[in-house]
Amino acid sequence: MADREPHPTPMLNELETGPWPSFVSGIKRLRDDHRQDRVNGVANDLLGQLEHSYETRKGYWKGGTVSVYGYGGGIIPRFSEVGQQFPDSKEFHTLRVQPPAGNHYSTDILRQLADSWEKWGSGLVTFHGQTGNIMFIGATTDNTQHFFDEINDYGFDLGGAGPCVRTAQSCVGASRCEQSCANEHKIHRTLVNNFTDDVHRPALPYKFKFKISGCPNDCMNAIERADMAVIGTWRDDIKVDQDEWKSYVETKGRQHTIDNIITRCPTSSLSLKDDDSLEIDNRNCVRCMHCINVVPKALSPGSDTGVTVLMGGKRTLKIGDLMGTVVVPFMKVDSEEDYERLVEIAENTIDYWAENGLEHERCGEMIERIGLINFLEGIGIDVDPNMVAEPRESSYVRMDGWDEEAIRWFERKGEQKRVEPNAVA
Amino acid sequence: MAKKEMRRPIESGCPDGFQYMHPVMVKNFSQWKWHDHPRPGVLRHVAESGDAIWTVRAGTQRILDVFTLRTLCDIGDEFADGHVRFTIRSNIEYMVDGEEKVNPLIGALENAGFVVGGTGNSVAMIAHTQGWLHCDIPGTDASGIVKSMMDELIDEFKNCNMPNRVHITTSCCQINCGGQGDIAINVQHTKPPKINHDLVANVCERPSVVARCPVAAIRPAQVNGKPTLEVDEKKCICCGACYPPCPPMQINDPEHTKLAIWVGGNHSNARSKPSFQKLVASGIPNNPPRWPEATAIVKKILNTYKDDARDWERINDWIDRIGWSRFFELTGLAFTKYHIDHWRGSRKSLNSSTHIRF
Ligand code: HEM
Ligand code: SF4
Ligand code: SF4
Ligand code: SF4
Ligand code: SF4
Repeated sequence: MADREPHPTPMLNELETGPWPSFVSGIKRLRDDHRQDRVNGVANDLLGQLEHSYETRKGYWKGGTVSVYGYGGGIIPRFSEVGQQFPDSKEFHTLRVQPPAGNHYSTDILRQLADSWEKWGSGLVTFHGQTGNIMFIGATTDNTQHFFDEINDYGFDLGGAGPCVRTAQSCVGASRCEQSCANEHKIHRTLVNNFTDDVHRPALPYKFKFKISGCPNDCMNAIERADMAVIGTWRDDIKVDQDEWKSYVETKGRQHTIDNIITRCPTSSLSLKDDDSLEIDNRNCVRCMHCINVVPKALSPGSDTGVTVLMGGKRTLKIGDLMGTVVVPFMKVDSEEDYERLVEIAENTIDYWAENGLEHERCGEMIERIGLINFLEGIGIDVDPNMVAEPRESSYVRMDGWDEEAIRWFERKGEQKRVEPNAVA
Repeated sequence: MAKKEMRRPIESGCPDGFQYMHPVMVKNFSQWKWHDHPRPGVLRHVAESGDAIWTVRAGTQRILDVFTLRTLCDIGDEFADGHVRFTIRSNIEYMVDGEEKVNPLIGALENAGFVVGGTGNSVAMIAHTQGWLHCDIPGTDASGIVKSMMDELIDEFKNCNMPNRVHITTSCCQINCGGQGDIAINVQHTKPPKINHDLVANVCERPSVVARCPVAAIRPAQVNGKPTLEVDEKKCICCGACYPPCPPMQINDPEHTKLAIWVGGNHSNARSKPSFQKLVASGIPNNPPRWPEATAIVKKILNTYKDDARDWERINDWIDRIGWSRFFELTGLAFTKYHIDHWRGSRKSLNSSTHIRF
């Protein structure tokens, strides 16, 4: 390292003790061992500023405007408020880069990213931020462009930052998980890559996130975090391998089976027969996954798979946390037309929200403000009892359209009955 | 720089994962049959074809320097098949196509200082955010809290001794990027912002700051003849929402920015419907570099849960069964007026029944 004094870091040094891997030691390696003087300097001043934060219990980054040519978003600008003391890290922008769907990497591509990043950036990277991006932490304004140009040439693109469609997330799903009821990988890429313009040029009321989980275990926390959550499910019967089931009962015992599986079904749909076989009331199963999770060798989701779509999940700001709620109880996602329909639902939603959302209002907050009914009418989706936990309790509503609405319901039901047998075949 | 010299971006969006995926996973895509859990940190998945793949999961420092990233790649090349993935909680996963590769891989990871675990009924890696290292609004440092806590919880990460999995999250402001968790350690501000009136006019778009406040506590004002903002401190709930659009609304305070702990957030649909986390403790000092007070409370909650919950109960399921009164009794945490919600929709959080446990 050049003739540069390392900033003393007595507080951060405390984070080098203990058995868990230390990020402080990692930054020190960049400071002391990296062959590029630029990287040593950035790491040193970053540690200096971080130590200053630890001492004063305050942050010292401020935002600003930085983007790459042709895009309006994807970079989180960071300028230091104490840049005079720590000049080498005074511009320390984060690039949000979209990972491959399912977060799969070869070691070759990781090495290529590492090479590019140490050439242009701090050498610090996170796989991944909570939104789902690869976070390349720490580049100057100029180098942001160089780094992006380089990785963009070999297939990586920026994610969203600001009021725009954000980087999506999908679970490992069908690539390794037997619970998967959908092609998460394809749904993820089909949805988010349909909106690249809305990812790169922030012009929406606020952020919009897609998250895709292959089954109701919802490993992506989609219901709680995504504006549009797409979750795999099935509508036929749970598959039961009775031999595997019986051997589980035999190994673990009846009491264990009753206490941990039978009585834990939220809709009392499970019954252990006298011969130790399992009976399932599939009409009342709510696809909660519990029994399948406990005995994955014996039980698996059915074969008539599809997805449930929920909308409006978000965290606290501004009206409090909201879960996504059901907008499409079930749809098949097999044929190209099915994918087109899913994209159409997303487009209708984003268009309607772009038109009707207030500034800085998430889709879920808009739905809360205008009511689910107006939203459904806006995106052209019919009401369904699966959208509510229970019907209304308050009589304070004007109901003079009742007869027409009831007729619409019966017409839809009749239609479904006619269409259904063909659709399944 | 003249515009025509600039390179135009290729708007390729999200890359195809198949090009990097382990070949056994490509071959058996959507054809997996079952899995088991041979030991903590290892999963075995078996496909309809009879193929099997072993996954070894390891925790890292998450903020990776390129040296560490290359070490992870070296291990992947020498002891695994050159393919990895990352979990939503930033663990790395190596996939191998033969059982004989599992133990050498674990050995290599542990020798290099990584921690194998985080599967099944363990305390998973704490999900964390940016903090003082690179966010512009943090009240604390996420990486430091996570490192200090994982030092203490490492045995629970390496083993599967919990009734069900435990997901812990942290957030360094009340925006809460860390999201919902079985246990969440989040910043909680306790005093209204101190306003730097000299800067407001230059830096802030006043109407949008006014609009940002959830309780309409901000109004335009004049101080020393300059346009600025003022806060009705009786109304202010100290949420910090005005700070990102207007940095002169200084919400972060070395003394009064505290930590709060929430429990029972559960994203899964298994058994009960997904649930949001609930407040259990607050006023916890924001005490770098190791935040011992917060860790002590987290450990207390974890130990109580471990002792008292039944198999397969997540923290929210457990509390649903034993009730909140017992939760506070068993953990020894204080129940205060701040636990009773009065935000919109909160009436449904009150007990309108005689269902009371004695
Ligand atoms: C200056 C403002 C903001 C910045 C720089 C910022 C930055 C970030 C970053 C970097 C992440 C990923 C964190 C990580 O994993 O390291 C993130 C996630 C997140 N942010 Fe922000 N954020 C800002 C404002 C907000 C606001 C105003 C909200 C809420 C209304 C918000 C809600 C979230 C949520 C919920 C996540 C987690 C995302 C997910 O689960 O998909 N952020 N933000
Ligand atoms: S969400 Fe379901 S399909 Fe996806 S990884 Fe989790 S358990 Fe598997
Ligand atoms: S999946 Fe859930 S609801 Fe369905 S039978 Fe199993 S435990 Fe019951
Ligand atoms: S929780 Fe707040 S302070 Fe922490 S990274 Fe997210 S926005 Fe920044
Ligand atoms: S801290 Fe929150 S409540 Fe207080 S003025 Fe700012 S936005 Fe309003």
